[in-house]
Amino acid sequence: MANGILATDPNRVSFYEYEGKHKGILSWLLSTDHKRIGLLYLISLLAFFAVGVTLGFLMRLEMISPGPTIMAPNTYNSVFTLHGVIMVFLFILPGLPAIFGNFFLPIQIGARDVAFPRINLLSWYLYLIGGVLAIVSLFTGGGIMDTGWTFYVPYSIRTTSNISLSVFAAFVLGFSSILTAVNFITTAHRMRAPGMTFFRMPLFVWALYSTAWIQLLATPILGITLLLIIAERMLGVGIFDPNLGGDPILYQHMFWIYSHPAVYIMAIPAFGVVSEIIPTFSKKNIFGYTPVAISSLAIAFVGYLVWGHHMFSSGISDISRLIFSLLTFLVAIPTGVKVFNWVATMYKGSITVKTPMLFVLFFIVIFSIGGLTGLVLGAINTDIHVTDTYFVVGHFHYVMFGSMGILLFAGLHYWFPKMFGRMYHEKMAQVSAWIFFVGFNLLYFPMFIMGYLGMPRRYYDYLPEFTTYHVIATVGSWIMITGMIIMFANLIRSLYTGAKATENPWGGTTLEWKIPSPPPLENFREIPVITEGPYEHHFNKEENT
Amino acid sequence: MKDTTRDTKALERELEEELHSTGYGTYILVWLGLIGLTAITVTVAGLNLGSFALIAALIIATVKSALVVNYFMHIKFDTPIFKIFVTICIIVVLTIFIITFFDYLYREPLI
Repeated sequence: MANGILATDPNRVSFYEYEGKHKGILSWLLSTDHKRIGLLYLISLLAFFAVGVTLGFLMRLEMISPGPTIMAPNTYNSVFTLHGVIMVFLFILPGLPAIFGNFFLPIQIGARDVAFPRINLLSWYLYLIGGVLAIVSLFTGGGIMDTGWTFYVPYSIRTTSNISLSVFAAFVLGFSSILTAVNFITTAHRMRAPGMTFFRMPLFVWALYSTAWIQLLATPILGITLLLIIAERMLGVGIFDPNLGGDPILYQHMFWIYSHPAVYIMAIPAFGVVSEIIPTFSKKNIFGYTPVAISSLAIAFVGYLVWGHHMFSSGISDISRLIFSLLTFLVAIPTGVKVFNWVATMYKGSITVKTPMLFVLFFIVIFSIGGLTGLVLGAINTDIHVTDTYFVVGHFHYVMFGSMGILLFAGLHYWFPKMFGRMYHEKMAQVSAWIFFVGFNLLYFPMFIMGYLGMPRRYYDYLPEFTTYHVIATVGSWIMITGMIIMFANLIRSLYTGAKATENPWGGTTLEWKIPSPPPLENFREIPVITEGPYEHHFNKEENT
Repeated sequence: MKDTTRDTKALERELEEELHSTGYGTYILVWLGLIGLTAITVTVAGLNLGSFALIAALIIATVKSALVVNYFMHIKFDTPIFKIFVTICIIVVLTIFIITFFDYLYREPLI
């Protein structure tokens, strides 16, 4: 199906064994099978993640003591910019929808593929082209970008580093995101199995659907904004440049109109993963299915209108600050609905703390800290005290890495048996998760304290009184990276030596657990007819014993 | 998969039938309307109406967009789901404009 002529029965062989028109590496690079594309994304994203982690490690090493340690000040500027750009645009933004969305969205709604399989492959190529352009920009023109990942004007207009190409790379990545969004929205509307009503869809699908809407509506604004930077640099059109009568704050509006909803592009699919894992490992139907589903849409909608809280100290009007602050607090409502429903799902459940569940529990702790420190930033008076300090850095790492990153690991451990047909070493996975958790908090928690005490972000040097906090954070980064190395070593080893996974190793109730591991090429021999909600546990049945 | 192909083909056929019902005459009329509105925009811009000029330009642009979206992009003849999608996009854009203007309308002038 995916590649034209079938060499074997697509219903009997797994999507790995299937032989289509192309062999070897081409059978991957030209495949339109959503599962293979999901894995292509997994590999590419993890490669960029590794680069991002390395840059983060180098930054932390530089900050272990005041004054120059391992790099020059300008190199430090480039390293934090690169770390941000790679992590945001090439890792967390495509993140969960690209990997697990591609792999599991069609399966979870009982479809054989996404609505537009070729566009799906095209979006991966655009992602790759964007990544390559970003890399090329490092070695051409005026050199590595040094503006920070936000490309704020007027500096981004004036710096001699290679901003135009890096910005164009982000523009291309945006197209990849838009195409994925169009695909997912259409798939959710048109490809659901008979009986799979919207309110019988798994919550991960709801999350992907809500996210796709934000991607579709917000990404074009980023595209226009980035093109305007190029226009400013090359043609001097004067939209943002104050020297030509432009308004630099307009840039900030336009940038954050996209980039704040982008936070939810990263977080909402992660929430979807939580809503899958908790019912499975609590052996209970999710508490409050409809509110959880609707809260994804509500977060997507309200989250769209709060971008101004990134600009409280930029000189926007007082009324505007008041409105943005109020709207920001409103996002806490649907987010709270989710958290309380997750906890209520666990209440009186039969909980097994396997690795995916362990990561989810870590997420609840970490994300609560991230969320609550977000309130400090959402309130205008406290925000002004900590603006542009390490408090912000601590907050967004708790929120971004704490949601998308940790839940990527959770999802990887949850769906690993289904994706690869092998089990991993459970004990080793749990040990690595604990090491990661300890390292994570040691790395990022001191940032809240330093930030509160006045340590500015993006500074190469600092006063000696901050040394203790920086040393703790740097040691934390070593521990966290050790945890991740053990975790990935365990997973990679399990690809070859792990025990064969059964169809449903966790007792999950959604459709992916009703097909073989790994799935056959076209997922279902016969499209299933859905008669009940996604999380109904039937304890007397054989499948759940 | 076969079902989907059939669905898509049926949908395409339906759309095609609806398109043919429009006829070239309508398209030419809409085109002439757009040219007329452009002429009005240019004329209004030369009248020196002060702040009203912006409002006039925006109103005319809205009418022109409505014509393009409804006739050239066929939304007028499409199923309700597409109309809902387009409406959502318009609401989002309007909301962004309104919220952004809470900054620009009330910003303190720099000394």
